[in-house]
Amino acid sequence: MTLSIAGVAARPKTATPSQARKFKLPLRWISPVALVLLWQLASSTGVLSPDKLASPLTVAQSAGELIADGQLGEAFAVSIGRVFFGFLIGGFAGVVLGLASGLSRWGETLLDPPVQMLRTLPHLGLIPLFILWFGIGEEPKLALVAAGVAFPLYLNLHAGIRQTDPGLVEAARVLGYSRIERVVHVVLPSAVPQTLVGLRIAFGTAWLSLIVAEQVNADAGLGFLINNAREFLRTDVVVVGLVVYALLGLTTDALVRLLERRILRWRAR
Amino acid sequence: MASAVSVRGLRKAFGPRTVLDGIDLEVQPGEFVALLGRSGCGKSTLLRILAGLDREVEGQAEVPGTVSIAFQQPRLLPWRKVWRNISLGLHKPDGRAVALKALEEVRLTDHADAWPLTLSGGEAQRVSLARALVREPDVLLLDEPFGALDALTRLAMHHLVEDLWTRHKPAVLLVTHDVDEALLLADRILVLDEGRIVATHHVDLPRPRRRASVVEQRTRVLADLGVDVEEAA
Ligand SMILES: Nc1ncnc2c1ncn2[C@@H]1O[C@H](COP(=O)(O)OP(=O)(O)OP(=O)(O)O)[C@@H](O)[C@H]1O
Ligand SMILES: [Mg+2]
Repeated sequence: MTLSIAGVAARPKTATPSQARKFKLPLRWISPVALVLLWQLASSTGVLSPDKLASPLTVAQSAGELIADGQLGEAFAVSIGRVFFGFLIGGFAGVVLGLASGLSRWGETLLDPPVQMLRTLPHLGLIPLFILWFGIGEEPKLALVAAGVAFPLYLNLHAGIRQTDPGLVEAARVLGYSRIERVVHVVLPSAVPQTLVGLRIAFGTAWLSLIVAEQVNADAGLGFLINNAREFLRTDVVVVGLVVYALLGLTTDALVRLLERRILRWRAR
Repeated sequence: MASAVSVRGLRKAFGPRTVLDGIDLEVQPGEFVALLGRSGCGKSTLLRILAGLDREVEGQAEVPGTVSIAFQQPRLLPWRKVWRNISLGLHKPDGRAVALKALEEVRLTDHADAWPLTLSGGEAQRVSLARALVREPDVLLLDEPFGALDALTRLAMHHLVEDLWTRHKPAVLLVTHDVDEALLLADRILVLDEGRIVATHHVDLPRPRRRASVVEQRTRVLADLGVDVEEAA
């Protein structure tokens, strides 16, 4: 998951090929495992106080307890729900606007300038405004996630459509495709790879937005769990919450990769 | 009868560079014309204009009937299977059957369900050729359609194009760098140079033509292309 705000505005040129497969997996695990062992050692010898950071074993134990008493499951469901609905709203906006400005000249003339200006705003900085507009309930959280999703989707879909090979459009024209056929068979498929890149960035910023929104104010969800734990100096629970955030990010990333592999089967070579 | 292609005083410039400098050309329905000329002399540019893809020109270029084209690059949709590349835009209910028949003619039936990116250069070029031929247009524009083919496949494709031309009688404009190919297939050969048609050869040899029968005329065409055969030999 990309946790940089710059990632929202970045316009990646191509999909990065999966680097992970280039290395042998077991070798790649040596240093992470060593780090965890070191962390455990530091905790066991008292170098690292539990007030600063709980030991890996304590974290694991707390995770077990939080799962057993249903707290984690509940927080998990609440947070996922926020991302889901925020994503739905932002995704809809990003795709509709992206299509409108990618496919019609008027759409581009009217829509693209304001969107390109707005995208330079760090969207996490909108929180104060969102709180003023929507209060402190669920709405500002959904709005923040939606904003984080809409921009990367719009930008990449729009760029993808613009990158369509004019040679293919020409060929389609001479070969008798209707305008709708040109869009369906030429323009949209050629925008798909770039849009999938946008989708991955969108998921990354969705989680990031959620985390930030839940830090500001929450009475349920993973952020609430973490904030609550902080007040009682329960660093173990804080770490559990962070790990769950990370796992969620990894999961959506893997889902998009899976989607990529299915949809982009034609990239046989 | 009205011409299939009617070009008068056609000029085309890219910025300061004039690529076509006053082309006059009439192609009769059912006539097979070959276009020869050095690389960069404007052959593809002329074909693009005839296909209606470039309208920023001076002069007239009229093509009243239906047109189809095989571009110099295959220009297949990589995200559509080979057979779909042929049938899309045809608007026929039995698209797959039509596509399969066309693929049989270019000897690629086995690749009907392949992704275009898995094809070799010559295979992709044959799909592009099949895609152009299957449309049975009034005017068929072929931009070096045999460029990436080996000698044997090239012969087979010559026969295919000639056969299709005999059956449906479209007007054909074939761009090629191969003088023998032009002599084997065309009724008329045009030599393009510096944006003008500098020579026209009528080929009156009976069909089907054989290689040996074209040798004599080849020397004259080559001379117009600036090649002295005696010297080259
Ligand atoms: N869109 C363009 N913009 C600028 N110059 C162009 C453009 N298209 C073609 N040209 C120029 O016009 C000239 C003729 O190009 P064209 O593609 O018609 O050549 P050609 O005769 O088909 O050559 P070849 O045999 O190598 O295919 C070339 O010098 C090319 O650089
Ligand atoms: Mg050319």
